[in-house]
Amino acid sequence: MKKRRILESSVLYTIIAIVIGFVIGALFLASAGISPAVAYGKLIDGVFGKPKFMIWTLVYASPLIFTGLSVAFSLRTGVFNIGAEGQFVVGAMAACACGIILKLPPVIHAIVCVLVAALAGFIWSYLVGILKVKRGIHEVLSFIMFNWIAFYLSNFLVNTETLHKEGSGEATKNVLDSARLLFPEGILKALNCNGANWGFILAIVAAIVMWIIIEKTTLGYKLKAVGFNKDAATFGGINADRSILTALGISGALAGIGGAVQVLGMSGRISQFAGQEGYGFEGITVALIAGSNPIGCIFSGIFYGAMKYGGSKLTMVGAPEEVIDIIMGCVIIFIAISSVFKEMFLKIGKKNQ
Amino acid sequence: MDAFISNLGLLINATLVATPPLLLAALGSCFSERSGVINLGIEGMMTIGAFVGAAVGLVVNNGWIAFLAGGLAGAVMAAIHAVVCIQFHADQTIAGTAMNFIGPGLALFLCKAIFGSTDTPPLSISDKLPKLFEGVFEAGSFLGNVLNVYTVAYLVFVFAAIAVFVFYKTKFGTHLRAVGEHPEACESLGISVYRVRYICVIISGFMAGLGGAFVTTATINQFRPSVIVGQGFIAIAAVIFGKFSPGGAAKACLLFGFCSGVKSILSMSSVVDPNLISMIPYIVTIVALVLFVGKAHTPAANGKPFVKSK
Repeated sequence: MKKRRILESSVLYTIIAIVIGFVIGALFLASAGISPAVAYGKLIDGVFGKPKFMIWTLVYASPLIFTGLSVAFSLRTGVFNIGAEGQFVVGAMAACACGIILKLPPVIHAIVCVLVAALAGFIWSYLVGILKVKRGIHEVLSFIMFNWIAFYLSNFLVNTETLHKEGSGEATKNVLDSARLLFPEGILKALNCNGANWGFILAIVAAIVMWIIIEKTTLGYKLKAVGFNKDAATFGGINADRSILTALGISGALAGIGGAVQVLGMSGRISQFAGQEGYGFEGITVALIAGSNPIGCIFSGIFYGAMKYGGSKLTMVGAPEEVIDIIMGCVIIFIAISSVFKEMFLKIGKKNQ
Repeated sequence: MDAFISNLGLLINATLVATPPLLLAALGSCFSERSGVINLGIEGMMTIGAFVGAAVGLVVNNGWIAFLAGGLAGAVMAAIHAVVCIQFHADQTIAGTAMNFIGPGLALFLCKAIFGSTDTPPLSISDKLPKLFEGVFEAGSFLGNVLNVYTVAYLVFVFAAIAVFVFYKTKFGTHLRAVGEHPEACESLGISVYRVRYICVIISGFMAGLGGAFVTTATINQFRPSVIVGQGFIAIAAVIFGKFSPGGAAKACLLFGFCSGVKSILSMSSVVDPNLISMIPYIVTIVALVLFVGKAHTPAANGKPFVKSK
């Protein structure tokens, strides 16, 4: 019976998908004449080699946990937030603008910036919800459009006089120190990592709050009910339209905070994008690996953060870091088709009994 | 007046350069969407096509072969998408997202592995796709700007006409539209839903690959990480804007190509920020959806995996 439970657990198939992803990545590396052992060795060393590497991994993971939570929350409530990318970008831009323009005391300044970012993400997603509810426009389509509008809006704002830094090429001024989410100087020195920030703590708190909302509150119950069966929920007296809007709004706010964490914690400013940053799309992977469980997002976010941070060091051994994208793409595919494996394994399991 | 005509010429020229990649990808996407498979991975397939087109062009020194090679690369990726979505009933949006990781990732991976850089070396002019009236008209003249463009820029409109014909005048067209509406009925009539969908998805990848290859073997002369950025998504927008018909998609692509043309002309004069103009296709799509298309008919079985009854 225990064996059957393992075979039914989705964690097993997620692990299988990750292993297959790495195997395919190894094949590509090998065919490019790069030893997979050396590359993966560097990847592991790049993450676990020194304590400060591990802290950097968490720094990389923080925005991803937020976009992961954003997508996971949307999936649990029956919509698909493929627009986390755009919400992340408007959140980052809002936080950046507030961080540059507003003059507030420390702590309060950072809190205001994060809240404004959450609001920006909320609105960006809510608009899509209104298009869906009022005009029946499929959210996936409007999200894609909104992603690109956000992309160009950000590039436009980066170059405006108020935000643009003289002679910096294509980036904004740095946000004021009072708006940064960095740990105090002493702790940064002790950790030997100048990017360590509160983002990861915020992400864990957010994950727990989301878990409570989804699993333990009436609101979560309503949202899930609408996601599960809209008509039945409506029949049961739940206002489905309002639930969809709430779900999308919360999901967008999470992605927006992710953007704030990235700007206020890590980068300190926004540069003009050449292509989409990808945090929103990476959030889809984080949510899928976590099986849309908010607590799971913490771990899958750290996993993805490790892949990104470790991956950025692959060039040192002559391996293109894009192998990470290939691995992650394959992981998504194999999670997406895991139900097939599940059926197959269960059938084999039954035969053996 | 002269300035007006010369600017008009430039604008038409810029439109004819910007439209082909979008239109190629959008025509392909029509096949896939109408047969009931969402292909959100168009962007990734265009990127891999762009790289393979540029890379093959360097080897064979022939623009046409490079162009087709880009198409084939897109088709191979689409075949994977097809297996995942059709055979294994995966969520099509998620599979498409995966394609958008793998396509650009693989293109850059190969580019770095083969050329040791994020850009391919530039193609010489003779290795690029040919222009229709090379040397016939004076460079920079109105006629030169309008007529002396890449042959493919005119060919895409022929492709659009062919696609319309296939859709509405052939048996295959009827089948593919029916399969996207009511696969169960089709299966009971002896039409293989899987076969039709496989063909359509692979066509969409092939066309997306061609679109990507056009960028690197005609518009510019090399592959760079930023060559495709968003064009695949504009193509998808065009398809929905054009109500999932090749004719409609062609009109939408012309409109978006025109926006892009306006952008490239205005960016020379810096009157309006080019970033604002870049938003136009996306905003137009939203507005159009709100005003007219919102209630338009999406293929009924779009996005729903079809499970064969045993």
